[in-house]
Amino acid sequence: MTRKLMEGSEAMAEAAVMAGCRFFAGYPMTPFTELLENFAKQLPAVDGVSINAESEIEAIGMAWGALATGARAATGSTGQGLALMQESLSELTRSELPLVYFNMARGQYDYYQATRGGGHGDYRHIVLAPIDVHEAVELTQLAFDLADRWRNPVQIYGDYLLAHTCEAVEVKRIEFPPLPEKSWAVDGSLGGTGKSRNINPIGMTKGTKGIDPEGFWLRLQAKHDAMQESEARFESEHCEDAELVVVAFGTMARFARYVVRELRNEGVRVGYFRPITLWPYPSAALKNAARGARRVAVLEQNAGQMIDDVRLSILGDAPVVSIGGISSDEAGFGIGPIFDTSVIRERIERGLGAEGNHS
Amino acid sequence: MSERSELVLDTENPPSVPAERIGDIKPALLLSEDHDLCPGCGEPLALRMMLEAIEELAMAQRTIGVVGIGCYTALTSIMDVDLVQALHGRAPSLATGAKRMRPDELIFTLQGDGDMVNEGLQEVIHAAARGESITCVLLNNGVFGETGGHMTATTVIGQRTKNTIEGRNAEYHGHPILIAEMLAQLGGAAYVARCGVYNAGEIARTKRVLKKAFQTQIDGKGFSFVEILTMCPTGWFIPTQEGPDYLDNVLGAVHKLGELKAPSEETD
Repeated sequence: MTRKLMEGSEAMAEAAVMAGCRFFAGYPMTPFTELLENFAKQLPAVDGVSINAESEIEAIGMAWGALATGARAATGSTGQGLALMQESLSELTRSELPLVYFNMARGQYDYYQATRGGGHGDYRHIVLAPIDVHEAVELTQLAFDLADRWRNPVQIYGDYLLAHTCEAVEVKRIEFPPLPEKSWAVDGSLGGTGKSRNINPIGMTKGTKGIDPEGFWLRLQAKHDAMQESEARFESEHCEDAELVVVAFGTMARFARYVVRELRNEGVRVGYFRPITLWPYPSAALKNAARGARRVAVLEQNAGQMIDDVRLSILGDAPVVSIGGISSDEAGFGIGPIFDTSVIRERIERGLGAEGNHS
Repeated sequence: MSERSELVLDTENPPSVPAERIGDIKPALLLSEDHDLCPGCGEPLALRMMLEAIEELAMAQRTIGVVGIGCYTALTSIMDVDLVQALHGRAPSLATGAKRMRPDELIFTLQGDGDMVNEGLQEVIHAAARGESITCVLLNNGVFGETGGHMTATTVIGQRTKNTIEGRNAEYHGHPILIAEMLAQLGGAAYVARCGVYNAGEIARTKRVLKKAFQTQIDGKGFSFVEILTMCPTGWFIPTQEGPDYLDNVLGAVHKLGELKAPSEETD
């Protein structure tokens, strides 16, 4: 095993290239920029292409064109840049293109954007939120597999700390079950035969007059329902006899897990639950984990977004309180005072007590 | 910039090939001759010339088209080449990604003036400046035809549309963008031409121009651009039969036909 001290951005780019990603386009923005730099460095070495697009909108457009030819392609930005891409993110979902995209977010306030989206129409993306660089390497590879398997976009939700923290990691190739041929892709060879293809977001078939929007949208809904059934992932500890279950995701969860373990060592009955997929949300698992709990506490670094999904999972079984909140550094990059185990310990203890914001 | 070419009839020599009736010829890359566009529309003509150009260059099985959104989008179901449907304005970036992954294929975009010059202007400019080895084809009728005749960035001064009822007024609505002239200035643009499908000579020239643009890409000489002025009598609010003259006298007077830039000295 060869572990290397690597920044998250470098490790994720390396994992993507290892997973067969051969195209990346992006536009610089902190803290996503280093990911773009690493793709620009790594892709030419494997005959891949990395383009400095003129905006995030063109970046996702370029990835769209590359994906249509059957290549594995990715883009990314911060939540701000992804806001510009929303029209494309929704429309290429209906084109059933397997885009992988990164949100190196400025904290956790893009939870709604990641899980609800800001584009038009009914659409869903799998959202993977790694807890550390090691898991980011695995989830990046998983993202490319899931995207191809479902022909659906997959987001990696990271943040400043994930992008910029150096950890000793091994970027090891994961073997996934074989995927079907990309029999839907266009390689330019099918014209003049009557078998040419048109990759489009309205379910149109060549040579057939008219479209069937309702039938097409229902088919996509069925696919998204199947994804929801089978792709939820989570991690939990000490929930069996917990009085309080702390729910957190991404970097925030790393701090929560540390504090929960610390409290457990002291005999305090707290549990820890982390959604690895923000969509589909591991609702059944969370409901089960919180079964005996007196209270469920949500630790997220925003005004309260994931708490909606926690409440929808728990369905009134226990009161759900927020122990997170807005917490920022002066630059607004998302490294707030909340990233401190003593702060989090105090909040979890408060969650255990009577005070707090009951649902 | 060359002056607009005049149609010259050679009455001295007999034609080298016998005459054929256009209605008897079905382009090989058209799955059906039916379309639902308005009578007098120029877009099916432009499309036909484009498909014939691809066919004559023997590129039918080496081509990927990226299509924007406008009336012409309805024709994608009958175009027998591989296609990708883009969002409104976004075809050049998709074409860029496709070309970078498939450098040996002929990659073109098909866009209208609302698509390319309004919503997606930055896309085509950057693609040209990068010298992206793609061919962007603009069908310019100076109006949003699909929505029922509204002003675009190429609508000429004085032109009446549904939201410039008394005619486009420069002081109030601003000036039209001459996109071919803009693109011709960019270093990465190798071939830039404007033609129109309003008479037999210009229709034939449109195909020659398209072939030169595609050839520019095939030869790896850089970005190529063909603007085709097309009739839209419905969106111009004129009788169908007046479309060709309106194109010539109104749109063509501002968006002047001709070859603006070519890789060699040889111009059409």
